Amino acid sequence: MDVRVRALQTLLTDKGYVDPAALDRIIETYETEVGPHNGAKVVARAWAEPDYREWLLRDATAAIAAMGYSGRQGEHMVVVPNTETVHNMVVCTLCSCYPWPVLGLPPVWYKSAPYRSKAVMDPRGVLSDFGVSVPADVTFRVWDSTAEIRYLVLPLRPPGTEGWTQEQLAELVTRDSMIGTGLPLRAQDVAVTA
Amino acid sequence: MNGVHDMGGMQGYGPVQPELDEPVFHANWERQALALTVAMGATGQWNIDQARSARESLPPLRYMQNSYYQIWLDALENMMVARGLATHQEITTGQLTQPGLPAVKPLARAKVDAALAQGTSAERLVRQPARFAEGQRVRALNQHPMGHTRLPRYVRGHVGTVVKVHGVHVLPDRHAATVQGVDSNEGEWLYAVVFDARELWGPAADPQVRVSVDAWESYLAPLETAA
Repeated sequence: MDVRVRALQTLLTDKGYVDPAALDRIIETYETEVGPHNGAKVVARAWAEPDYREWLLRDATAAIAAMGYSGRQGEHMVVVPNTETVHNMVVCTLCSCYPWPVLGLPPVWYKSAPYRSKAVMDPRGVLSDFGVSVPADVTFRVWDSTAEIRYLVLPLRPPGTEGWTQEQLAELVTRDSMIGTGLPLRAQDVAVTA
Repeated sequence: MNGVHDMGGMQGYGPVQPELDEPVFHANWERQALALTVAMGATGQWNIDQARSARESLPPLRYMQNSYYQIWLDALENMMVARGLATHQEITTGQLTQPGLPAVKPLARAKVDAALAQGTSAERLVRQPARFAEGQRVRALNQHPMGHTRLPRYVRGHVGTVVKVHGVHVLPDRHAATVQGVDSNEGEWLYAVVFDARELWGPAADPQVRVSVDAWESYLAPLETAA
C-alpha cells in the first residue's frame, strides 16, 4: 500500500491537482490538533454550566462553534443527552459518518462491519463487547447517521465530582463515552488535586 | 443501491473489536489516503454523495476485504479515471503521460485551515413548508433505487415517529446523480425518525431499544389511518 499511495501522490502532485504542503497540513490537523479532547471540553462545560448545557442541547452547532470547533464533518451537530433512564449510541450503518471537529477521525472499529451491523439491532450487546453495561431498565436510543447531521452523546456526569473544574471534568470524558459505546471514567479513576 | 455497504442488522460479523490506545493512523499510507481524499474533494470535481456512491459501488468482495482507507483510495482512483483526471495506467505506474487538466485548481496550503474549519453546509433555503411534524407517525417507503440513496434497508416499509425536524438538506439521491455542470443540490426537508426495535426486528427484539435514522421527505409517507 505504501508504494501504491506514494505513486498516487506523486502523480497528483505532478498533475498539479494537489499541493504537498496542503496534504501535510491536513494530516497534521487530524493527527495532532483535532481529536476527542475537543469533545471532552464541550462535555465538561455542559456538566459545569447549566446555561451552556441548555444551549448545547438546543443548538449544538453554534454552542460547539463557540468553543472553536467547527467545520468539516461537523457542519450540523446534534447533542443527545444520556439520562438515568436513556443511553444513547451513535453509528453510521452506511459508511463512516462521525463528528470530526469534536472527536477527530473515527477509530477502525467504528467503520467496521461488526459495529455497523450490530449497533442498530443489539446495542446492549455492543456495549458488552466494550466490557460495559448499564442497568437493565435503561432504554437504548441508537442514532444512525444517515444524513449530514453529526451526533455527539452527552454522558452523565459521574457522581463525586462536585466542585471540580472543567479541566478536571474533561479528564473523565472518554471518546467512547461521547459515541455511546462507553461511559465516562469515575471520579476515583483519576487523581485529582483538589 | 442495495449494496454491501448497507450493513445495519446484518448478522455473523462477530463482536466489535475495540483497540486499546488506537493510533490515529496505522501506517503512513493511511495519512496520505486521508489527505489525498480530502484535498481532491476540495477541488470540487465531485461532491460528497458522489464520493459515497463511488465507495459503495466497489465490487462487494473488495469492499468487504478492504480496510476503510483502502475503500477511500479505490473510490478516489475510480472517480479520477471516470472524470478523465488521470488514466488507469498513470495511476498504476505513478508516471504522468499527459498534463493535468488546468481547470482543476489544487487546495493551497494557505487555505487548508479555513476550508476544514468551514466545511460544506448541506442546508438549503426553505422553499415550502415541511410536510411532517414532530410526533407524526410515518412509514419509510419500501423502495430500492439502483442509484445512491441514504435510506437503509432495515427501516424500509416500517413505521416510525418523527422526533426532530432538522431543516432542508441536500437530497443525496439527486446530488449523487449530478452531471457535471448541472446543479442538482436542491434541498428537501430532513427528519429524524425513530423506530421501535420490535417494529424493525420482530417481537423477540429488545423492547427497550429505539433506533432513529435521518430521512428525507421523499423517503417517507404519512401513515394511513384506519378507516
